[in-house]
Amino acid sequence: MAYAFDFTAVVAHWRELLKGCLLTLQLSLLAMPVTLAIAVAAMLVLQLRETISTWLIGTFVEIVRNTPFLVQIFFLYFGLPSIGVRLDPNVAAIIALGLNGAAYTIEILRAGVEAVSRGQIEAGLALGLRPTQIFRYVVLKPALRTVYPAMTSQFIFLMLTSSIASSITAAELTHVGAELEAVTFRSFEIYFTIAGLYLVMSFGLSKLFALIRRISFSYPAR
Amino acid sequence: MITSLGPAQFHLLLVGTLWTLALSTVGFLFGGLGGLAVALCRTCGLMALERFAAAFIEIFRGTPLLLQLFIVYYGIGLLNISMSPWIAVSIAFTFHASAVLGEIWRGSIESIPRGQTEAAKALGIHYCFRMRYIILPQALKISLPPTIGFLVQLIKGTSLAAIIGFTELSRTGTLLSNITYRPLLIYAIVGLIYFIICWPLSRLGRAMERRLSPVISQ
Repeated sequence: MAYAFDFTAVVAHWRELLKGCLLTLQLSLLAMPVTLAIAVAAMLVLQLRETISTWLIGTFVEIVRNTPFLVQIFFLYFGLPSIGVRLDPNVAAIIALGLNGAAYTIEILRAGVEAVSRGQIEAGLALGLRPTQIFRYVVLKPALRTVYPAMTSQFIFLMLTSSIASSITAAELTHVGAELEAVTFRSFEIYFTIAGLYLVMSFGLSKLFALIRRISFSYPAR
Repeated sequence: MITSLGPAQFHLLLVGTLWTLALSTVGFLFGGLGGLAVALCRTCGLMALERFAAAFIEIFRGTPLLLQLFIVYYGIGLLNISMSPWIAVSIAFTFHASAVLGEIWRGSIESIPRGQTEAAKALGIHYCFRMRYIILPQALKISLPPTIGFLVQLIKGTSLAAIIGFTELSRTGTLLSNITYRPLLIYAIVGLIYFIICWPLSRLGRAMERRLSPVISQ
């Protein structure tokens, strides 16, 4: 017997799906600045060239990059309450996404920082810039410019990863999908549509990042 | 009843680990074959095939792995074929790996200087021989570090099979934490097992990348 596709269930619930998209974007757009802030802070710490803190950052990166996101989010959401830290699903999702993304962004940004030649920093010193100014204008901004494509595709990946937060009942698109599935029993149609929505969102984000690049990272630098 | 963490529970974790490894291996092997096909289609020069391969890659890279699992899993359900979840999940990971490896290998193939292809053509070497003996061996060398990087991603990705009910390492962890009421400990152990599997691979990939970088910069 051939299966009759029925997308009316999907169309009837377009409001919920749209809301799911917005929630996904909300979660990811909140997690992205967290990611970037942690990564930039780590770069600052790495500039100090202190053994212990460098080792700590390295260990954090290795642990996060070599364990699955699902286990990390379970650890945060189901594990932490047993030591008295109870998190709201959405908050846990943002923290998990932020920390997970940070580990990858640190690696990416570190490559960019290492690509800044020593002479540039010496030139900055010779011009009498303060260390904070050197970090901000001579090291960080060119580094961000260099790694921008890699970093933004990492951010898009973060948005896709947020779908895993549905497993701790964080309210985002995939979770909305699971709820609709329970009401309409049209699992294939619903997940097919949702995959399409993710595709649209990742396309939209990549356009947005290209726009931001044109506005704030183009030469001549302002 | 609360069960404590004993040898029996560790045995379960071990079985779960084996399923994770099996799933990763199957996905990587079949995904490797599929990825080679995708990469060759993407670089073959025929517009229609290249477009098709590009669309295939774009779709799988622009949607979450979890959704890909759902679609293949429920999609197969619609076909009225009874298929064990193990096969369904393997198919999903194979598709995913084909797309990502296809993209990685396309990059490697295209990074081989154009002159090599032209020289081979001038010598009258046929496409199959050109690929097999000239382009692919060089591309393989370049592609090894990112390929190993993806293998690590794939191993971690198999944890998502837990969400659709496939009992591998992560789901074993969930089941155990439900009966022992020690989620913090269990998830730490599960994470540690993944780490023990993935970390050496990550290091291997990085070591290869370092060994390779002077070659590329020449």
